[in-house]
Amino acid sequence: MAQPTAGHSVAAARPALATRWHRTTAGRTLLSHGILHLVLIAAGITFAIPILWVLSTSLKRADQVFTHPIQWIPNPVHLSNYVDIFQVLKIGQQSAIPLFFQNSMVISVTGTLGTVLSSALVGFSLSRLRWRARDFVFAVALATMMLPGIVTLVPRFLLFRDIGWLDTYLPLIVPDWLGGGGFFIFLMRQFLRSLPYELDEAARIDGAGSFRIFWQVLMPLSQPVIATVAIFAFLGNYMDFMGPLIYLSSSEKFTLALGLRWFAPSAAGGAFGYPNEWGWVMAVTALMVAPVIVVFFVAQRQFVRGIQLTGLAGR
Amino acid sequence: MSQTNLVARRLPFWTGRSSRQVRAEIEGFLYASPFILGVLAFWVIPLGYSIALVFMDWNLLAPPKFVGLGNVVKMIGDKYVGLSLYNTAFYTFISVPLHLMLALALALALNQPLRGVSAYRTIFYLPAVTPAVASSIIWLQILHSEFGLLNQTLAMLGIEGPRWLWEPDLAKPVFIVMTFWTIGPQMVIFLAGLQAVPGELHEAAAIDGASTWQRFRSVTLPMLSPVIFFNLVIGIIGSFQIFTAAFLMTAGGPDNATLFKVLYIYRNAFQYFSMGYAAALAWLLFWIILAFTFLQFKLGRQWVYYETELKEG
Repeated sequence: MAQPTAGHSVAAARPALATRWHRTTAGRTLLSHGILHLVLIAAGITFAIPILWVLSTSLKRADQVFTHPIQWIPNPVHLSNYVDIFQVLKIGQQSAIPLFFQNSMVISVTGTLGTVLSSALVGFSLSRLRWRARDFVFAVALATMMLPGIVTLVPRFLLFRDIGWLDTYLPLIVPDWLGGGGFFIFLMRQFLRSLPYELDEAARIDGAGSFRIFWQVLMPLSQPVIATVAIFAFLGNYMDFMGPLIYLSSSEKFTLALGLRWFAPSAAGGAFGYPNEWGWVMAVTALMVAPVIVVFFVAQRQFVRGIQLTGLAGR
Repeated sequence: MSQTNLVARRLPFWTGRSSRQVRAEIEGFLYASPFILGVLAFWVIPLGYSIALVFMDWNLLAPPKFVGLGNVVKMIGDKYVGLSLYNTAFYTFISVPLHLMLALALALALNQPLRGVSAYRTIFYLPAVTPAVASSIIWLQILHSEFGLLNQTLAMLGIEGPRWLWEPDLAKPVFIVMTFWTIGPQMVIFLAGLQAVPGELHEAAAIDGASTWQRFRSVTLPMLSPVIFFNLVIGIIGSFQIFTAAFLMTAGGPDNATLFKVLYIYRNAFQYFSMGYAAALAWLLFWIILAFTFLQFKLGRQWVYYETELKEG
């Protein structure tokens, strides 16, 4: 946590304090860092307020939601919203939220697995194997990143309809197992290119085939980019709204993102006409955001490192 | 793509090659086959399908009917086409530059040797991993004209807040400000780019007496320009396709102020079931986005600086 440079500048500023400390280099650093911290804290609070507001409201009873002044820390704290929401929303006999959560997890985990495996295989081929159409295939992968996907929305829906995949998870999962999209292939390829090619040569001399090089030599070294791809893919699946909206129709198959819509009526009114339910809405929202925050906290170091190492930064 | 390649392509690929080379070709192709299959299934075939749809009138119930350029003619006479394009362009061309500037400013701040940088980074990034449905709900509550956090706070200061999302003139600007909340990914990419700027360049410039601003203008910005370009291109492509927030929060209202292009395409396809017309609308947006991407690559040549050492990487 402790950044050596920051501590250093404080110590260096001390002897200068007797004179005009803010004119010295160290003093100037101290001053500018102080201002930066103030700006960043102000920005940080602005960014955090919506999430804090969700948490706060989710712990309030109806009569605490609209008070003057606003209660940021509910007094007393009520956990009842988190109990109620499991009873309020039902599909048949089943409580809807655990069901939606389970559906979301099935799709997200299967999809993430497919994205990591297939993008790694393709990235391996586009970086480590020498074949003729390689550069062309890579150009196509880049093109799919740049082409607006909206143009395939209607025909994809119709194609999935033709093969009877509507109202199944296949339209949401199968694309992930087929490369997962240009962006992930791009990340994998860029990262794999940064690993020394001598590794492959040495392994080949030892008699290893391509798959062993891929699986036993390169993949263990690719942890940061695997983490980056896995997080992006997981979040993409978990947060996806348009996909489930178009492809899923029976409510027992809904994902959390789609099911949450029952609580998210448009500006026209809906649940917002009944402000006493705000606590419920916020409790569901908090439950949906919680796993994402956990994933991000656990893996953020790997995730950020992965972005840096793909060379996305240097291009 | 080179000359030699073109000549070689006329011959069967195994001509004059050892069996090992042939195996390498097959292997490369096999490892890439998931993507090749994916492109065929989710791009090539749908694109072909979509071209055919443009000339059809199809409501999914009756069999598709050939209408020639009927959908294009319909598009010309449809006032919502222009309106939704205007809304989308308004949102994109104001929000993308502003978002990139703020993301860059935050990245510059976090690139300083400060205490707690990772904590700040987490706070700025978290909103971007909030599912769009969840953030739509959150913002609807914050912006609610009567009971929302914003107007309650303004009321305490004695100000009567406007109706924000329910005000035709304010809805788009509110969307632009609201989406400031999710600039985390751009910020992280900028930050990674800043950390790739070699320290020696800054030191050399400092020795030559360059001020902080001069170093930013002449060292940081040129070195960062490829990353700015990447964020700009991807940002514009993404913004042109804004959907979920408008679908959930305003449903295109008030008075169609947030009727963005993709929302209009969605409506035509899945609410009015005009598959052919929706495909035609999607193609229009496709070409517009492609034109802007192309234009940016053209303009990019003048301001994006590629260091030769990095290019080969």
